[in-house]
Amino acid sequence: MAELILIFISASLVNNFVLSYFLGICPFVGVSNKTENALNMGMASTFVMTLTAAATWPIYHYVLVKFNVPFLQYVAFIIIIASLVQLVEMYIKKASPSLYRALGIFLPLITTNCAILGLALFMVLREYSYIESIIFGFATGVGFTLAIVMMSGIREELEFADVPRVFQGAPITMIVAGMMALAFMGFAGLIRG
Amino acid sequence: MAGNSLSYEFKKGLWQEIPPFRLILGLCPALAVTNSSLNGLSMGLAALFVLFTSNIIISFIRRTIAAQVRIPAYVVIIATLVTVADLFLAAVFPAISKSLGPYIPLIVVNCIILGRAEAFAQKNPVLPTVMDSLGIGIGFTLSLTLMGTIREVLGFGSVFGVKLLGAWFEPWIVMILPAGAFLVLGGLIAFVNWLSIRKAAKTAEAAETARA
Repeated sequence: MAELILIFISASLVNNFVLSYFLGICPFVGVSNKTENALNMGMASTFVMTLTAAATWPIYHYVLVKFNVPFLQYVAFIIIIASLVQLVEMYIKKASPSLYRALGIFLPLITTNCAILGLALFMVLREYSYIESIIFGFATGVGFTLAIVMMSGIREELEFADVPRVFQGAPITMIVAGMMALAFMGFAGLIRG
Repeated sequence: MAGNSLSYEFKKGLWQEIPPFRLILGLCPALAVTNSSLNGLSMGLAALFVLFTSNIIISFIRRTIAAQVRIPAYVVIIATLVTVADLFLAAVFPAISKSLGPYIPLIVVNCIILGRAEAFAQKNPVLPTVMDSLGIGIGFTLSLTLMGTIREVLGFGSVFGVKLLGAWFEPWIVMILPAGAFLVLGGLIAFVNWLSIRKAAKTAEAAETARA
């Protein structure tokens, strides 16, 4: 149990995917201008990340490793993720049209979120067990949501700030992300690894 | 786009649309592996290889792929080529492969590659595609090497592992940590913006004096 809590805190705070592995930067910059959108994107991604961890683990261990073709993992993972996103999209459309409308374009965009493929790769590299992988997937999503929501709050305030012309848009977003990464370094003492 | 010359397709990737400063795409590798010049250069070359070969293949088969399934088809082509690049690096340059780690497989989801396939290779014949992907790929390699060099000089006082600055230099450790990557990239994008604003102002001024 302690092991699982450790994985959760490590993946969501200490080794935050966005701020220390630079995964999921594209939606982090692209969808962080409004807190509401950021929260929706974060929740949709968390959902897909948890499912991805749950689906890729058995396929890697029981199909790819068993038939001795682990070199096919990148092709296999990306196909799993793309079809999973498609499946989730169809399910939400049917089950809850209002949530589907709220998520809108963000759902298909999740396929190209590198945090999700990164999650599958780290899961294999670190040799997590099945339960650990699912916790890891969920914690990564929570960390991503935390980072993107905080970023959107800062950017809403920045709308009223007098940013020099050359720094407007992407540059100031990068600088703010740098400050956030510095702040998150404060968590580093929490756990080793 | 048919009117553009081949040399234009090549050169635009080097300055007008240089990723990731002008074309804000492919940020993950640009931030993650540029803690030294060598890592930046090798990441750039790996991405160049995948971009170049995948876009040529996509351009060749652009008429045979049905529009509805093109994205999955592209992704499978790209993932296969990334596997090739990954195994090649692991066999020939094990040290580099180790320091780049999972960021080589992550080229699969690098938006530059899918972006160029979608925006250029699927609509253009092979020759312009070759020029376009070479230009963008070399531009990306140069940018990553530049970022890696800036961070290595400030963070270690060296370039390509060669010590440049003497013992008096106190390394800025933050530059090789994640926070430094964001700060350097933000600064460089602002610098590129500043250059283009200045150029636009100069052109406007020249037009003004010509009229007077």
